[in-house]
Amino acid sequence: MRHIISILMENESGALSRVAGLFSARGYNIESLTVAPTEDPTLSRMTLVTRGDEAIVEQITKQLNKLIEVVKLLDLSDGPHIEREIMLIKLKAENGKREEAMRLVEIFRGKVVDVTDSTFVVELTGKSAKLDAFIKAAHEESVVEVVRSGPLGIARGAKGLRL
Amino acid sequence: MELSGAEIVIQCLKEEGVEYVFGYPGGAVLHIYDALFKQNDIQHILVRHEQGATHAADGYARSCGKPGVALVTSGPGATNAVTGIATAYMDSIPMVVLTGQVPSPFIGSDAFQEVDTVGITRPCVKHNFLIKNVRDIASTFRKAFYLATSGRPGPVVIDIPKDITDPNIKIPFSYPKKIKMRSYNPVAKGHLGQIKRAIDLMLQAERPVIYTGGGVVLDNADKQLVELVRTLGFPITSTLMGLGAYPGTDKQFLGMLGMHGTYEANMAMHETDTLIAIGARFDDRVTGQVAQFCPNATIIHIDIDPSSISKNVRVDVPIVGPVSSVLDDMLLVLKENKQSLKSEALAKWWKQIEVWRSKQCLKYQQGSDIIKPQFAVETLYRVTGGDAFVASDVGQHQMFAAQFYRFNKPRRWINSGGLGTMGFGLPAGMGIQMAYPDASVAVVTGEASIQMCIQELATCKQYHLPLKIMLLNNGYMGMVRQWQEFFYEGRYSHSYVDSLPDFVKLAESYGHVGMKIEQPNDLEAAMQEAFAMRDRLVFMDVVVDPTENVYPMIEAGKGHHEMYMSPGSELV
Repeated sequence: MRHIISILMENESGALSRVAGLFSARGYNIESLTVAPTEDPTLSRMTLVTRGDEAIVEQITKQLNKLIEVVKLLDLSDGPHIEREIMLIKLKAENGKREEAMRLVEIFRGKVVDVTDSTFVVELTGKSAKLDAFIKAAHEESVVEVVRSGPLGIARGAKGLRL
Repeated sequence: MELSGAEIVIQCLKEEGVEYVFGYPGGAVLHIYDALFKQNDIQHILVRHEQGATHAADGYARSCGKPGVALVTSGPGATNAVTGIATAYMDSIPMVVLTGQVPSPFIGSDAFQEVDTVGITRPCVKHNFLIKNVRDIASTFRKAFYLATSGRPGPVVIDIPKDITDPNIKIPFSYPKKIKMRSYNPVAKGHLGQIKRAIDLMLQAERPVIYTGGGVVLDNADKQLVELVRTLGFPITSTLMGLGAYPGTDKQFLGMLGMHGTYEANMAMHETDTLIAIGARFDDRVTGQVAQFCPNATIIHIDIDPSSISKNVRVDVPIVGPVSSVLDDMLLVLKENKQSLKSEALAKWWKQIEVWRSKQCLKYQQGSDIIKPQFAVETLYRVTGGDAFVASDVGQHQMFAAQFYRFNKPRRWINSGGLGTMGFGLPAGMGIQMAYPDASVAVVTGEASIQMCIQELATCKQYHLPLKIMLLNNGYMGMVRQWQEFFYEGRYSHSYVDSLPDFVKLAESYGHVGMKIEQPNDLEAAMQEAFAMRDRLVFMDVVVDPTENVYPMIEAGKGHHEMYMSPGSELV
């Protein structure tokens, strides 16, 4: 099963490699991983997407918690949560195809953020599945380049993951 | 007080009460060595290889419980230390390893003797640090010692670039009294509700087994363990790492369990209805085939490390906390609980255990012509009154020592259980002898293992460490040979140790006493003579039967009830 894990950790050099190293050393999957400092510059927030059965994910969270730099951790999949990913995608948009491309962007509520004679760069936000759907709808031959952030997640409700 | 970085390093060690530093100098640590030279509080033990430094620090820590300290230079100094660091990591041994690093501005430039020590050691340390500012030395050391010794202990590496210890840069020094880390809060007590649940289950047990591991030794919980086991009257077995926490000669003790455990211990594991695991981590050498592990048992597991719980085997009642405090609480809860034990069922259970025990699974035949390795260990046991520190290397001799030297006290049995590091025994023995200068310290080893750190015989000479080395010389890497006999139709691929040195002359050339012992009848007298030489290292080259195997044996991937019992026998 897919799990999305939010980690609050010390913003120190080497902390990221400890997390990455843990996954490779113990043979766990990482589907995606994003990390950036928080409003408190001594802390980083990491969102990590992994797959595994219940026992493996339990071990993953325990092993992550064991890392000295990990301050707090939450498996967002345990409760209701919001998940968003951002994608920048460069599409071929030559004469005669520009209208169709624009329509697609509108349907998915994306934004065109760069235009040339022959291409658009589209910015699109949403659940990962929505981004997948956009790529599929745009057709392989018209996709020049794709860059995705990997999902970010936050739990619903009043509680926050903080110190 | 204004001090240089190098002086601060030494001062921090003093503040932590460090007596000995096992080390080897080199370019990146020269400033530290200069500061060491100018003081007398900390004694430096010059080893002959950095692996020896880490194993010696490790042996020191295992025997006396205080963190061991090693000091090595950058590059090859650090990489040589890695085996010792990984050894300590696998067995959760508190250790602080100081590694020199090239000066900060050179880091990343492939400078002379540069390696990414923090990167290389990351997977085999509890934590590691690279010091980037002389002002961070004191707080880093405080954290390192705190991390190494608290919670589940383990090795911590501090990588120190040379410019950080520059003798010309002096700063005010003060050592932090308290340390708080918001991201690290080891559990101090077990959950009382879980403890009560566990006690309820234990009192209802009809076929209970207590299974203990190195965690009991590490947390000095042997007294509580003995009280609990005696109060309940349950049978107890121990892992390789836990031997000595409960007296090995006691009737309730079933011997070691696992791959080379006793018949009675393994059968009891297979038949138990209530397993109480205490400071043990369900290692594969203990569990065998996980699917067949304790098939009928409700499992209670006490461990300081939450990640040990349900890692290999699903448990029913997890209790996270220090073993000593959890056992204290258990004893209290037990006193208040009005339920009584199921004495009838327990009596039946003990009867069954005695039937298994009567098989005498460790029996061997000592003839008159060649020494059996088991006999050598039993002789060692007799000659030392069962009261020596025994450091071991890895292989058959290690298993024979574990089976036949019946440890009655914790921290007497010092071996590399998790990593299985050949070469561990001799340097570990040095660390023990430093911690206990007047104690009898035996090193049980094989002719293959001993050659992996043989250079430390020189260290023993320099520091007058009167170890008694008992080499069980069978000419083979015995455990490799045993597996090749069992599982590779006797194709002894590269397990014969050809071209052995004359160990007597070798010992003598290092300035020690050498003995070669070949006759069973000579063994006890020779050993007595060796141990009577209180101030000399004696190297006993004991020629043993090369065909002897370690029994019982559970093949990897088999269940506890499937043991080979003796040569040529079928599975039982």
